Amino acid sequence: MSTFKYSVAVQAADFDLSAEVRALTAADHAAGAVASFVGLVRDNNDGTGVADMTLEHYPGMTEKALEEIVLKAGERWELLGVRVIHRIGHLMPGDQIVLVVVSSPHRGNAFSACEFIMDYLKTQAPFWKKETTDVGSRWVDARVSDDDAMAKWRDQIGL
Amino acid sequence: MVTVLFFAGLREAVGTGIEELALPAGVDTVAGLRDHLIARGEQWQALATAKNLRAAVNQDMVPLTTAIKDGDEVAFFPPVTGG
Repeated sequence: MSTFKYSVAVQAADFDLSAEVRALTAADHAAGAVASFVGLVRDNNDGTGVADMTLEHYPGMTEKALEEIVLKAGERWELLGVRVIHRIGHLMPGDQIVLVVVSSPHRGNAFSACEFIMDYLKTQAPFWKKETTDVGSRWVDARVSDDDAMAKWRDQIGL
Repeated sequence: MVTVLFFAGLREAVGTGIEELALPAGVDTVAGLRDHLIARGEQWQALATAKNLRAAVNQDMVPLTTAIKDGDEVAFFPPVTGG
């Protein structure tokens, strides 16, 4: 019998997708599906070139918020494992910034939970991006489309 | 005492990331604390003008109408932009 295993990390260090997938699935062969998402730093935003970026977060609350998001996903879908890593500190265009890996007996749950965790993280986890652009340094504005993505889940699954 | 935290652009605008203060008489909500800070003067006006100001009490994101009490950790910040 498999139990739901999850872990979250907030770290400056980079991560290795393959290693994380292997770690999540190695001990438990009940999984028939692994879905993953990797977010990258773009070299442009709102029509302006981005040279680099610094991520600030709220230590303590960040980890708590990520765990709550993962547990909500675990209540909603049949999942075996979830791994979330979010980087902080100084990042360059092309760098990996966030990882979500979800394992499940079947693909439907893995796809849905992976998307849900990212949408939820975007609006609920206390991270803030400050980017250096062609026109100076600026805090990134929250996107309406992220709130819309979150609202979609509220409508669909009653969160 | 309550611990008040500020993050991102709001932290830069008010000029500090953390402050401990005795909860003033009559201040019993997040919004009340915000108004108390705004009344201190110019440096604190970012709390009044912030677009979509967000708050957390004891590390849970909450509406500004949420009650607070002595010993709480209250945080103010702009909408989050991680991911």
